[in-house]
Amino acid sequence: MKSYIANKVGDRFLALCRALGATALMIKSVIFWLFRSKPEVREIIKQSSKIGVDSILVTLLTSFFTGMVLALQMGYTSKNLFNEPLYIGTMVAFSLVKELGPVLTSIVIAGRVGAAVTAEIGTMRVTEQIDALYTLGTNPTRYLLIPRYIAFMLTIPLLTVFADFIGVIGGYIVSVTKLHVPSSVYWNDIFTFMDVNNFMHGFLKTFVFAFMIATVSCYKGLHCEEGAEGVGKATTQAVVISMVLVMVLDYFISAALVAVGII
Amino acid sequence: MIEIKNLTKIYNGKKVLDNASAVIKDGETFSVIGPSGCGKSTFLKCIIRLIKPEAGQILVDGKNIADIENELELARLRKDFGYLFQGGALFDSLTVMENVTFGLKHLSDIPKSEYARIAREKLALVDLKDAENLKPAELSGGMKKRAALARAIATEPKYILYDEPTTGLDPITTEMVQGLIADMAAKLKITSIVVTHDIRLAFNLSSRIAMLFNGNFDITGTPDELRASKNPAVIKFTEEALSSDSGSRKNGHSSPKK
Repeated sequence: MKSYIANKVGDRFLALCRALGATALMIKSVIFWLFRSKPEVREIIKQSSKIGVDSILVTLLTSFFTGMVLALQMGYTSKNLFNEPLYIGTMVAFSLVKELGPVLTSIVIAGRVGAAVTAEIGTMRVTEQIDALYTLGTNPTRYLLIPRYIAFMLTIPLLTVFADFIGVIGGYIVSVTKLHVPSSVYWNDIFTFMDVNNFMHGFLKTFVFAFMIATVSCYKGLHCEEGAEGVGKATTQAVVISMVLVMVLDYFISAALVAVGII
Repeated sequence: MIEIKNLTKIYNGKKVLDNASAVIKDGETFSVIGPSGCGKSTFLKCIIRLIKPEAGQILVDGKNIADIENELELARLRKDFGYLFQGGALFDSLTVMENVTFGLKHLSDIPKSEYARIAREKLALVDLKDAENLKPAELSGGMKKRAALARAIATEPKYILYDEPTTGLDPITTEMVQGLIADMAAKLKITSIVVTHDIRLAFNLSSRIAMLFNGNFDITGTPDELRASKNPAVIKFTEEALSSDSGSRKNGHSSPKK
């Protein structure tokens, strides 16, 4: 029994090491081809549209209601504690810009687009379209991976900025209409306490999240098992891993940014 | 000329190719036959280095491509090849026209203004003139195969590798594809390597046939030599292939003899 468990743990560990090695090689290949090949401009635009434009509504809706619920919760908590809603704008803006904006946007993109990228690349793999790329003078890194990496890195930070803004607007609507906070007080609470560093704290995270989502989605697609079941399994794994890694990385990036003074 | 020397490929501890050697001369149509799962497609993918063999040499015009690790060099060498995949492997997100021009864009120095003309010419050859704006999902199985064939021949490569070119096709399309492969070899002097379990196709098309048996090509000869062979493996495979073929022909699913 003991040896069975040891074997299983050993197998899992070796599989993890192999996956990490293969991921490192994939990233190396992306960096190599990024500087050695002409960019597939059409593919970059197409992917940016798929990731950015097609996701804008769901991202903004998520952020809008998050801003609203933040204002509502903080308003009533503040009322209970201090008899009036205090610093609602500050709380909503700080929560959104530093944490919830980047994290929620990345999670929405990981679920909506990361899954689609894995499924698309995985299907291409099992139907030999990846092999066909090699025979037709290109390779998956140039034609598939680089456009998707660039698209993720361009669109997630942009979507986050829009999400931050819309979330703050959501908070404003609740503050003014439901909590009866004067409009000038809400905006004053934000601009008095918030500076560029606070914005950069959240904004810089999005580049790491975008890189991670692109890596996980592309890796899982390229290494999925044969058949429709393999593609389905890879897609689920890509979404779960991306979402968990967003949370895990969020803590470590925040800690690193705080350490270098970007608070 | 392609020379294969002592090629070995191992999957999960099993030697799929075991010291396989063969010589494919310029301009000839060389068919590889054998039952499903015996390693025919693996052999084809080794030739174009989609798969790296464990041992052996693949000499393409004297250059051993088995040991090349540099992707840029491999991409240059692959320019001499066209490849027809078993399932077509058309890019789902592109139209038929974009699929056919894909290789022209990435493999050739042909001016961009010529792409559409060349693609239409190749699509007309495979009788798909009206399908240029369709996506692969809108095509039937036979149309997909023909579009894939148009894509493989678009750059007029020196060598074309066909992986089961007639599998899943109706008798008329099978005959058309067979005619196309023969025409390409005759008119353009293209060297063709055809992997198939369709014994009739192999007999009708090939200059020489090799049977992949126990991982190697010990049984190789002209179609007439193979027909006359007393080797039990050849007799068994030929009889079984022909009997299953006539069985499916009765059901209207196979190729007529040329």
